[in-house]
Amino acid sequence: MILSLSKDTIKISQEQDVVFLKNRVKETAVKIKMGLVNQTRIITAASELVRNMMRYANGGNCVIEVVSSGRVNGVRLTFTDKGPGIPDIAAAMRDGFSTGRSLGLGLPGTKRLVNEFDIKSKVGEGTTVTIVKWANG
Amino acid sequence: MDKIPILRMGSFLLVTIQVDLYDRLALNLEADLVQMVQKTNARGVLIDISAVSIVDSFMGRIIGNIASMSKILDAETVVVGMQPAVAITLIELGLPLKGVHTALNMEKGMDLLKSMIDTPEEEANDQPLDDFVAE
Repeated sequence: MILSLSKDTIKISQEQDVVFLKNRVKETAVKIKMGLVNQTRIITAASELVRNMMRYANGGNCVIEVVSSGRVNGVRLTFTDKGPGIPDIAAAMRDGFSTGRSLGLGLPGTKRLVNEFDIKSKVGEGTTVTIVKWANG
Repeated sequence: MDKIPILRMGSFLLVTIQVDLYDRLALNLEADLVQMVQKTNARGVLIDISAVSIVDSFMGRIIGNIASMSKILDAETVVVGMQPAVAITLIELGLPLKGVHTALNMEKGMDLLKSMIDTPEEEANDQPLDDFVAE
């Protein structure tokens, strides 16, 4: 059972929004007393996901939440875009797979940096990625 | 538009990144730096990232690119001052930065560069001294 304690939505449409988003994620992580390494992990993960959103879907929304599982608090980020969607999620989650000209580390790398990772995508409708990092996870 | 300054020190180029990089800034740095290597005949590039708190796969790729591009222009690249948390995230991301030389701090990075490159000036300076000793 995960409870949401606070919720903040940020619209991402240009590169400056990315800097703003990273700062907000950092503030939120500091607020729940997340350690420095975990802060770095979640901000890096956010950076990867927001780049995907900018590149493939021209932007979207990010919801930053402080969540609680009872004993421990964490940061949950939900990235939603109305882009082209991902036809083959299994392939996109593989290291080195990319339809752009990148290294193909974004999605699988992000999954390794966070505690919970969920991706839903419908071709032609968009993609939603949800990640959770616990303060001590 | 922000710009990251590139300083010249002898046959080395010095870059200290004091702001958090965003994509455009990193791409500009890559282009500027490679231009500067050619223009100044630099033999080594020292990049200080001690003030950078986040390096994601894109930034990591740019750092790798700078190193490979400089390499084929006959200049070595050393990245110094990486924060431990950044090292952890880079490896977990799956980006071991192969082919990029690293050093813990500026001083060690400078020593590493000097050991990799015997600069022509030093050779020129050494020559008369050797002759003198020989006499």
